[in-house]
Amino acid sequence: MSDTDPVDDPTPTEALREAAADGVDFDGLRVTRDDDGFHVAVPEASHTGLSPAAVDDAVERHRDHVDNWLFWHQHAPQAGAEWAFLRWVERADDLSVPERYDRLRDDGLSREWGQLAVTVRVSGDGRRRYGLRHIDDADDSVENLTTYTDPYEARRLRKTDDDGDYRPLSTAPTLAHGWAFVDLAPDAVVRAVEGFYPATVANWHREREGSLDVTHWHETVSRQTGIYGIVQTWDRGEGHDHVNWVAEACCADSQCLKRREWGYDDGTPLDVDGGAGVFPCREPCSMVIATARTWTRLESEQSRTYEFDLTPSEKEQIETIIDAVADGRVDEIRDGDTSDGANRYRARYLRAKLFDDEGNLCGVPTDGAATDS
Amino acid sequence: MSEALLLVAHGSHLNPQSSAPAQDHADTIRAVGAFDEVREAYWKEEPSLRNALRTVAADQVYVVPLFISEGYFTEQVIPRELRLDFDATDWNSDGTSADVATLSPSDVDKTVHYCGPVGTHDAMTDVIVRRAETVTGDPEVGSGVGLAVVGHGTKRNENSAKAIEYHAGRVRERGRFAEVRALFMDEEPEVDDVTEYFESDDIVVVPLFVADGYHTQEDIPADMGLTDDGGEGYAVPARVDGHDIWYAGAIGTEPLMADVILERAADAGADVGTDIPTAADSTATIADGD
Repeated sequence: MSDTDPVDDPTPTEALREAAADGVDFDGLRVTRDDDGFHVAVPEASHTGLSPAAVDDAVERHRDHVDNWLFWHQHAPQAGAEWAFLRWVERADDLSVPERYDRLRDDGLSREWGQLAVTVRVSGDGRRRYGLRHIDDADDSVENLTTYTDPYEARRLRKTDDDGDYRPLSTAPTLAHGWAFVDLAPDAVVRAVEGFYPATVANWHREREGSLDVTHWHETVSRQTGIYGIVQTWDRGEGHDHVNWVAEACCADSQCLKRREWGYDDGTPLDVDGGAGVFPCREPCSMVIATARTWTRLESEQSRTYEFDLTPSEKEQIETIIDAVADGRVDEIRDGDTSDGANRYRARYLRAKLFDDEGNLCGVPTDGAATDS
Repeated sequence: MSEALLLVAHGSHLNPQSSAPAQDHADTIRAVGAFDEVREAYWKEEPSLRNALRTVAADQVYVVPLFISEGYFTEQVIPRELRLDFDATDWNSDGTSADVATLSPSDVDKTVHYCGPVGTHDAMTDVIVRRAETVTGDPEVGSGVGLAVVGHGTKRNENSAKAIEYHAGRVRERGRFAEVRALFMDEEPEVDDVTEYFESDDIVVVPLFVADGYHTQEDIPADMGLTDDGGEGYAVPARVDGHDIWYAGAIGTEPLMADVILERAADAGADVGTDIPTAADSTATIADGD
């Protein structure tokens, strides 16, 4: 396991002497062994021809370099994606070992992963320990937060938002506040991150390695069967405006923190922005397919002409109401703010004035809507 | 070689309880250390089936569907979404006897041992009996008591009913309950008429559903007349037509289900150690030799 009991570990000197036979070259630390003895070098200094006993002295002088090497080769999870993610968290590609350790001992190093703040520090025994919070809670006192140490609890915390409403989409920007994972081992913090945002680490890593396997809209809907098979009929060879609208509705950063990488098909990117998320979306998700099933039914209808008499303000008010629902703004509108077209009293007045007893706008019957069936 | 368990469940966009059994049983199995990794994947939640295998480090993955019967999901959806080149004939099943098929997914370099659903495993019979014990609070329940094993049922797939009838038959053979019947929500014989199928005063009703949701908490209680309004809950026992109905709720939430999952993986060759039964179990004999 990656977080082994310290008493089972070789000393840093023992580990380094053993590794020297094959050579060490990691984050600026270089160690080799030949007939002249051991050679230990860091960017700031080098020592050659050391006896086995003298290696101990060099290790003590450059302890951060040696601890860093030991951590990444003995304590960090060795799976490629998890290793790369933890390296990214502490900016190992950008900061030198002395720069990193100064900050790891001080406030720690942090990264944002969706709405998560991942923080790493070095503890008294030289081990890295990780913390995880909502980015909005990053500066709160831990006493104000409910603390967790079991990373698998993240799977349950992701299920509801601050209002207790179910979140079927993990990467919706509605992560609940008020919790903190503390003192996590390196493998545990990855499990917690994956508990909040499943499979994001694996796909982020694939993307960095140039091997993200994107599945585009057309291919995804083409393999659907059962109640979702009908979505195939929505691709009618008449362009991909409908997919642009789906992506604008479901995949904008205001709705999902994944960065959409899929398009209509391999040669046809969508015309709407994929978002700025740190981790990619490699395929239309089950939420997108389920909503597309609804739209497939609705969009099978033909347009027809209705005539309504509206004042200019009434037309604008209907547009304001649609915007308010689409932007999730309804709960913010104050009862007393009747200047807002989506104010409840304003909407009730419009309904009282314009709907007939059957709920028809301006008394005009609908006829033939897919939602009637 | 490292081994992982991937527990596959339906999940829901609407019901947060849908994934609770998968999560709970995964935690139980993780706690007994039977696998190097224990992960979940869902049709409607995350990680999706499409992204699941890449979250696993192990090179041997035992995929156990947390589904009740063989059918559309176990034969088509799950293998397709996991990118397994699977055909239902690979299981050589009579409808309730799927065990395992060993396959290579196309997106990761791993070996997948694709197991039959938990619902058709023989050990499920013990979970049904355990459920009857827990809902009545009587570890000896059976004498003079009727047991209704309830399934969804669908005319589109005969295997759906087979799984229910299979376990009802196995419980009946034990001779523990005065009467045992398989009843269904969407086909005959229907659970609506439960009291007509039993002479015993006490009837234990165990629905073979994975998670509690609309079907188990509103539909079936209302169909049986336990409540006028499904949203108001129901009494246990509830008095209906001169019978006491002991309605157990979805069997998938029973802690002993974790053992069925382990049995499925062990049957497929997983080295789960000697920890079956798990801590979830205390009295029952699992898969009692038959």
